[in-house]
Amino acid sequence: MGKRLMKGNEAVVHGALMGGATHFFGYPITPASEIAHGAAQYFNGSGRFFLQAESEVSAVNMLYGAAGAGARVMTASSGPGFALMSEGLSYLAGAELPAVLVDVQRAGPGLGNIWPEQSDYNMVVKGGGHGNYRNLVYAPYSAQEMCDFTRKAFDMADRYRMTVCILTDAYVGQMMEPVELSGEMTEGEKKPWAVYGDGESKKNLITSIFMDPVLLEQHNRHLQEKYSRVEQECVEYEEYWTQEADFIFVAYGITARICMSAVDQLRSRGIQAGLLRPKTLYPFPVKQIRKLCSRNITLAAAELSNGMMADDVRLAAEGKVPVLHYGWLGGVIPTVDEITDRVVRDLEKGGKL
Amino acid sequence: MIKHAKSKALYDTFERKGTGQKVSHYCPGCGHGTVHNLIAEALVDLGITDRTVFMSPVGCSVFAYYYFDVGNFQCAHGRAPAVATGVRRVLENAVVISYQGDGDLAGIGTAEILHAANRGENITVFFVNNAIYGMTGGQMAPTTLVGQKTLTTPAGRSLTRDGGPIGMAEVMNALKTPVYIERVSLGTPQGVMKTRKAVKRGLSYQVEKRGFSFVEILSPCPINWKMDPGSSRKWITEHLEPVFPVQKFRDVQSGTAAPEVPKQPKVLKGKALLKMLQGESAITELTESAMKEDQFVKIAGFGGQGVLSAGMFLAKGAIAEGLNASWLPSYGPEMRGGKAYASVILSRKQIGSPVVEKPNVLLAMNLPSLLAFEEDVQPGGVILVNSSIIDRKVTRDDVTALYVPASDIAKSGGLIAASNMVMLTVYLAYTGTLQVETIKKMIPQNVKRKEHVEKNLAIVDASIAYLKEQGLLKT
Repeated sequence: MGKRLMKGNEAVVHGALMGGATHFFGYPITPASEIAHGAAQYFNGSGRFFLQAESEVSAVNMLYGAAGAGARVMTASSGPGFALMSEGLSYLAGAELPAVLVDVQRAGPGLGNIWPEQSDYNMVVKGGGHGNYRNLVYAPYSAQEMCDFTRKAFDMADRYRMTVCILTDAYVGQMMEPVELSGEMTEGEKKPWAVYGDGESKKNLITSIFMDPVLLEQHNRHLQEKYSRVEQECVEYEEYWTQEADFIFVAYGITARICMSAVDQLRSRGIQAGLLRPKTLYPFPVKQIRKLCSRNITLAAAELSNGMMADDVRLAAEGKVPVLHYGWLGGVIPTVDEITDRVVRDLEKGGKL
Repeated sequence: MIKHAKSKALYDTFERKGTGQKVSHYCPGCGHGTVHNLIAEALVDLGITDRTVFMSPVGCSVFAYYYFDVGNFQCAHGRAPAVATGVRRVLENAVVISYQGDGDLAGIGTAEILHAANRGENITVFFVNNAIYGMTGGQMAPTTLVGQKTLTTPAGRSLTRDGGPIGMAEVMNALKTPVYIERVSLGTPQGVMKTRKAVKRGLSYQVEKRGFSFVEILSPCPINWKMDPGSSRKWITEHLEPVFPVQKFRDVQSGTAAPEVPKQPKVLKGKALLKMLQGESAITELTESAMKEDQFVKIAGFGGQGVLSAGMFLAKGAIAEGLNASWLPSYGPEMRGGKAYASVILSRKQIGSPVVEKPNVLLAMNLPSLLAFEEDVQPGGVILVNSSIIDRKVTRDDVTALYVPASDIAKSGGLIAASNMVMLTVYLAYTGTLQVETIKKMIPQNVKRKEHVEKNLAIVDASIAYLKEQGLLKT
């Protein structure tokens, strides 16, 4: 089967349609707009629905309506727009509606700029909005994964009745790479809880309000149990030269790509480096990090943020090994040389070289 | 008050409120109960109860789903029209009701109602306007009258400090798409009768798929107005109606043709969908690349020189010859300023960082690009200079500099825009990275305007001829 060269953002749309998405509601924002462009072309072109909403606030509420009516739904945005969707995400979580949301991260805070950052980590990975909720979060690092993870996201959203986020960044979204459009195509099934506008489903109620604290606690407990299941069943990661490595990067998205090159370069300089790349950020590969920490290694959380993911790495490492934080802010992307030089310096400083 | 038997569209007992509950949560004299009854009655009359989907807002009617025996959504504050839009786009035959209060619709949700109306969503909106926030205990609403005392305007609403009451029916009437807009009042029994008609009309238009209907209902809130039910109805007629005139603003009559809805294309599934997604430009492997080492290519120029498309073409060609490739563009507002560059990496291995920091190939399409990137090129690398428009030599002696009159060659070929193709051809042929045949095979698929295909092919040949002329082609 032929490969097609496409932007990561375009690959999202292809993956979505292969994953059975039928409705896209979105609002333009750089560097995520190509997802809306692609959806306008391919969702409409294949008899599905694309609608440009008046705001991200409206877009996410359209998801709420369409998801509650049983459709496979999605939207895409970048940090400033995703922040506006926090309200809707909380309602989706409270009403246990499946939906897929893509955040092509740009630099902040505020309007920031359109270059890559990974500073939406806390907002997306920790829930971010009102209440005790989580999103299942995938972190693609290539156009192929943009396609594959988005496709998978719809099945996962339906399976757990929860919001699934694709947390990516401006470079992975803008970068073009070959994408193989293969693998299974799925479609949504009829949902026993959805409101279909018929006599059979009219007993169903899409809501997040529980006035009785005891009932709301029960509902919250139920959500937490679901998240525990997600933590057991959904962790995904990839290891690159981690066996017998002394120095292991933990990185996702574009930073993982750069760290991969850094690992190659370090190994050519005789340093046993490796990379643990979380493919899911929630759930985080806690057990695997813990396992790596049974050896005398140094971990470096490399990310385009002030240490948001590093916190999760430290929690997983439980103080057993040193956890360094390599962070870049404002849309600045590290060079491979810059990273490898820093690793060498840090290893020397720690007396490990 | 008009007394009538409870509609079948309402639950007999309100189990969602509490076991065996028979009475609603609304205060004595509240207008919501009346409006609920009128809607429920219309649903039964029109025979649409089973296919009705009801949006409960945030506000006093947040618990409308306690009462209506229909499909129910509880919505975020002000967002009911957006939720209703989502439902509308999925359920073609559902009757979608957005039931909203004044804070919800005219305050926090102005964007949602305005745009749902402007799209002409085939939904029915019941806007219950009682000029105050009820659920939160009596604060100023967007429709609170000037001088009206509330918890947040203890001295009365001031026009210049707080703004004036917004006439939402009038706002709706400024849009082209709504088919039915009417303001009614619960101030008198006659008003209630008119409201009954308006409610039914708003729903029947939706059943006929005519479009967006908006019924504003002036409604009493005795508790927060601090009045008894009788006085509150009188207050509607004496104070609200002069500010919010009771009238039919628009009625695109029944019997006229329903608006035409754009036809949706056929739903593609399975193989047909995959075929559409794979598109025409699916890449098939042509031949194996003779590339000697990984290529880190920077293509730079100004907008319109085909910098980005040259990069894409290069990446596609590489994939066609079995290589891995990545392409990273400049993007965003910078592009509109005229600067364009693309980073392309070709490799036999998995590509790590897609950022080209130190190119081993630089295609400089204009002078600023040469100045910006010359120093970054790896020793031993190749710099191609578009000598038609760059009147400067490469200053380094540790790289190979090729001066190519790309714009002139393209111009002679009758297609000035193809200077990118000249640069690409010279680069690929000189370094032997991809075969010239690959470029030629790809042109018909990748050149958008068919009349340009022949010209592009001729320009590739002219580029090769130039290389041979200069003695730069090793064959």
